[in-house]
Amino acid sequence: MTDEITHHLTDALLMAYSAGTLPEAFNLAVATHVSMCDACRAAVESYDAVGGALLAEDGDAETARMGDDALSAALTRIREAPVEDAVPAAGDVPAPLAGYIGGSLSEVKWRPVGMGVRQAVLATSSEATARLLYIPAGAAMPDHGHKGLELTLVLRGAFFDAAARFGPGDVEVATEADQHTPIADIGEDCICLAVTDAPLRFRRWLPRLAQPFLGI
Amino acid sequence: MKAAPARADWIGHVIRIRDARDEAAFAEIFAHFAPRVKAFLMRSGGDPAIAEECAQEVMVTLWRKAHLFDPSRASVATWIFTIARNKRIDVLRRQRRPEPDDLTWGPEAEPDQADVVALQQESAQLGEAIARLPEKQRELIRQAYFGEMTHNEIAEATGLPLGTIKSRIRLALERLRHAMK
Repeated sequence: MTDEITHHLTDALLMAYSAGTLPEAFNLAVATHVSMCDACRAAVESYDAVGGALLAEDGDAETARMGDDALSAALTRIREAPVEDAVPAAGDVPAPLAGYIGGSLSEVKWRPVGMGVRQAVLATSSEATARLLYIPAGAAMPDHGHKGLELTLVLRGAFFDAAARFGPGDVEVATEADQHTPIADIGEDCICLAVTDAPLRFRRWLPRLAQPFLGI
Repeated sequence: MKAAPARADWIGHVIRIRDARDEAAFAEIFAHFAPRVKAFLMRSGGDPAIAEECAQEVMVTLWRKAHLFDPSRASVATWIFTIARNKRIDVLRRQRRPEPDDLTWGPEAEPDQADVVALQQESAQLGEAIARLPEKQRELIRQAYFGEMTHNEIAEATGLPLGTIKSRIRLALERLRHAMK
């Protein structure tokens, strides 16, 4: 599955995901793509290593004294419930997305938006919007408020945009400057996770997109 | 107070917690990391009481998820950082934190020891590289990870040896996917 992904997230987005500074809707798109893409998962985990190195810094690492009973309180809680299991991977979508749609694509409550296209807006924090789009085979994707940054991650089927084809796991990263009209592949209906930020908030959390960071 | 064990020893602590529910190992790892996690959460805007509570929860999560830790993909410090970061988003920003699907080694497929040693060495090299940066650049990286600032200036801090770690993790992921088939 992961070998076929050719359109990836930018290093800037992966690093911001690792640092934990993205809006929830973008975290959802990154986590879903990373679940499908080993290359981006490895990149995220390497950015996590920077966070770990900072936490492990000797000498000038910042520490804050814990209360005297903190350890015993932690041990008490551990004895009450010692083990937390991994979240099992969901059936038809990666686990992070499954938590937002009631388990599987069959649970999604679609609303028509015209020309056979349907959408479902997912509940996230208001800084950015995440929605599922269902585009019939061969149909064009509707204009969905393309201001600021937009990520479009393919879950089912495929779409074409300009000369490029985006299949399952591929993500298109588009900025305001990009003029684009994705069209679903004729072979199969296309389901995408599309994330857009609220226009006025954009520059505050990710000023320079596609900037290579930290020599990666 | 005992000196902190060498970095690689923390893996032994997590394994003792996982396999033997070793409370002494937990006490040592708690003494070392809980104050760092609390400082991290305070720097991100948490008040001291909330940061203390969350730091405790982070360490409890370490115990409860010890069986999910994969030392061929992360150092113990990195793993604790990810737990603390997620706790920060949950509690301080009151948002859910979507995380990728868990990929975990089954009981019969422990990670390759050579991969573990190499990843830990590369993590140590990353720490040394950060320590060698000029203080201004190091502080920028800290702000990006600990302080909710934007990332526009981080590009200045180039040259960290992240490429080798990324390759190592990718190799571990490929082996893991292969083992799960």
